Amino acid sequence: MKDVNVLMVGVGGHGVILASDGMAEIGMVNGYDVKKTDSLGMAQRGGSVVSHVRWGRKVFSPLIEKGEVDFLLGFEQLEAARWASYLKPNGVAIIADLTVIPISAVVGDVPYPGWDAVKDILSRYTGETYLVPATEIAQEVGNPRAVNMAMLGFLSAFLELPAEGWTDTMRRRLPPKFMETSVAAFLKAAEAARSVMQTKENKL
Amino acid sequence: MKQLLSGNEAIALGAYHAGMAVATAYPGTPSTEILENIARMDGVYAEWSINEKVALEVGLGSAYSGARTLVSMKHVGLNVAADPFFAASTTGIIGGMVIISCDDPGEHSSQGEQDNRYFARFAKVPMIEPTDSQEAYDLMGLAFEISEQFDTPVLFRSTTRISHCKAVVDVTKERKADLNKAGFKRWPEKFVMVPSNARVRRVAMEERIARLQEYVEDFPLNEMILADRKIGVISNGVAYQYAREVFKDASHLKLTTIYPLPVELIRRFAGEVERLIVIEELDPYIEDEVRKLGIAVEGKSFIPIIGELTPEIVENAAAAAGIIDASAATRIDAEAPPLPARRPQLCAGCPHVATEYTLRKIGIRTSNPDEEIHKGELIVTSDIGCYTLGVYPPLAALDTCACMGASIGQALGLEKAGVSNKIVAVIGDSTFMHSGITGLIDVVYNQGTITVIILDNHTTAMTGHQGHPGTGISARGEMAQSVDIEALVKGIGIADVNAVDAFDMKAIESAIKRCIANEEPSVIIVRGQCPLATKKKGTPFEVDADTCSGCLICLDIGCPAITIVDGFADIDADACTGCGVCAQVCPQDSISEMTR
Repeated sequence: MKDVNVLMVGVGGHGVILASDGMAEIGMVNGYDVKKTDSLGMAQRGGSVVSHVRWGRKVFSPLIEKGEVDFLLGFEQLEAARWASYLKPNGVAIIADLTVIPISAVVGDVPYPGWDAVKDILSRYTGETYLVPATEIAQEVGNPRAVNMAMLGFLSAFLELPAEGWTDTMRRRLPPKFMETSVAAFLKAAEAARSVMQTKENKL
Repeated sequence: MKQLLSGNEAIALGAYHAGMAVATAYPGTPSTEILENIARMDGVYAEWSINEKVALEVGLGSAYSGARTLVSMKHVGLNVAADPFFAASTTGIIGGMVIISCDDPGEHSSQGEQDNRYFARFAKVPMIEPTDSQEAYDLMGLAFEISEQFDTPVLFRSTTRISHCKAVVDVTKERKADLNKAGFKRWPEKFVMVPSNARVRRVAMEERIARLQEYVEDFPLNEMILADRKIGVISNGVAYQYAREVFKDASHLKLTTIYPLPVELIRRFAGEVERLIVIEELDPYIEDEVRKLGIAVEGKSFIPIIGELTPEIVENAAAAAGIIDASAATRIDAEAPPLPARRPQLCAGCPHVATEYTLRKIGIRTSNPDEEIHKGELIVTSDIGCYTLGVYPPLAALDTCACMGASIGQALGLEKAGVSNKIVAVIGDSTFMHSGITGLIDVVYNQGTITVIILDNHTTAMTGHQGHPGTGISARGEMAQSVDIEALVKGIGIADVNAVDAFDMKAIESAIKRCIANEEPSVIIVRGQCPLATKKKGTPFEVDADTCSGCLICLDIGCPAITIVDGFADIDADACTGCGVCAQVCPQDSISEMTR
């Protein structure tokens, strides 16, 4: 049973909290001690969302210590860059193809960083960054809100828990209306992760 | 059964299983979810009270009847409720009474930071505090027992990081079957605090603390963990969790009884270790008490007194102080290019935007506070709620925000001190109910001439859309009598009462201009529902690229749905709610409802 520290970052409306709640529940069901906490910063009002999820034998601090994040799940690219320094030296950055430009970047002096700039910042902390076609996958399964499930699916390929360990709990928790498309997004992203891990072609 | 529960959910469930029959609260981050959870439970009376003072008074009446009662609020809420809180300490209770104070170190969503552990000592009321959700659940039953055994309300402290952290809880109990029966027995010596009775109770309070001092020495949830004796760490709350991670091999003393502290246990622990340190958030509350015992101790000499702690803050501070190996310290960030900030802002379709934009426009305001005040410039005192975000550019519409309800009193004070500017107070509907009404009565009584704008979005939006007396919806989601704000302010004695549509900028502007010119007190009720609460969406608006001049005046309303594409304004149709405020500010008439 390996300890896992996952930092999920994004902005309100992308399902970060649902994803981190789900991941915490899944960890508990599968026998881990679990803690998860959010820093909301008034997220519904345009601020950033940060969720810490920890699985382990015994978890003390709900906050992951800076420099101890195994997996950075960036639901939005600017937020991923902002939290890159929390990664472990050999941590993994998993970033969605999503950008939300804040008003300060529209009218202020500091522009929104493009993907190249985000990649450059991430590369200061990790050699392993993946760009996930999460919105594409969500479109393909016919549920645009399944971006968060695609992100969890991609992450799952890196962890020891088998896919059923995730999807069984998801099937119990999700409303029937979205269940099949959510599970489909999860499995599709997991498959995508496994293929890029083998070929390393998408590793940036 | 194992459940994943936030601290707030664990508090609610623990109280339910302990036989809580009545719960009252006013919403406030990070405490709100406690009553929200209780309101869904069968067999408990749960209410959103008008404010924390009333919540505690309702709770006190309930506790006098013998019913087990819970009252919850955020840290600054206890300031509002301080009067009945101290009174409750004096009279004591019959049925167990637990008062939850959720402190917010780091001010995630608060106007100030304060350490409410001092409130316990101040009011001579016992305080307990969990270090995680499991303890929140387990301590609640003990809290009610302490309350009844020692005839005292119990202050139960949580913090943001406990309340808003989900953790595994072994739910071991079920709801207590034999609830206390409610009934009132006359007992003037206990319940009527005329001085002759209060003096007798005053003695009982001191005796109570002396007995509690003995009780906490054997409290089951204080824990001494002896390992490496070179360092001994005393901690409480979430700081205990950080201490366990940073000082892995050290000896630990975890404290859950915060007032009174178990002094003999502390002495024993100090005797077991070579170097004693205290890791606690905010003030050196425990550290000072330990030092008073004549024990050498360190704490705030290296741990910050301001803000929320994190594992890396504790680790770096301990490394800098030479308590742990410096190589363990968290690495310093590589130099990174600056990134644009993502500040919270008013939402697309927010009913506050048009009013705040208009106030700025009428007020001839600049966002530069160093500029000399122009004679005739509008002063806008403000209050606690979503609309406070209008202080940020581009709206930059507000001049003050202190505490719940302060806007109206502040406006009157500015007027009476003799400033020559016109003065407008801006307050939300829920905040007006909470503590704006008394300020407005003061304006009438003392013949003020200010204008009060009540932003009525028909909910308590900032904390997640709770009902309040103006909404006609109870905490359980049932219909309730709603308070008519117009009739209320007329009844107070305001003659000039206006109601306008929150999305009609012309009407808002003319009402404000007329009211500030008027030499009598006036109220403008600006009505428009919160789009996050109604989840309704109108036809989105679009920019006509042929006529848009690129002046970007529409960006001045600060709507997150409007951005710039190639130098011209552009509206994100998915984010736009169709409120139409941007179309009203566009000088070219280039913005209109989408036609296709």
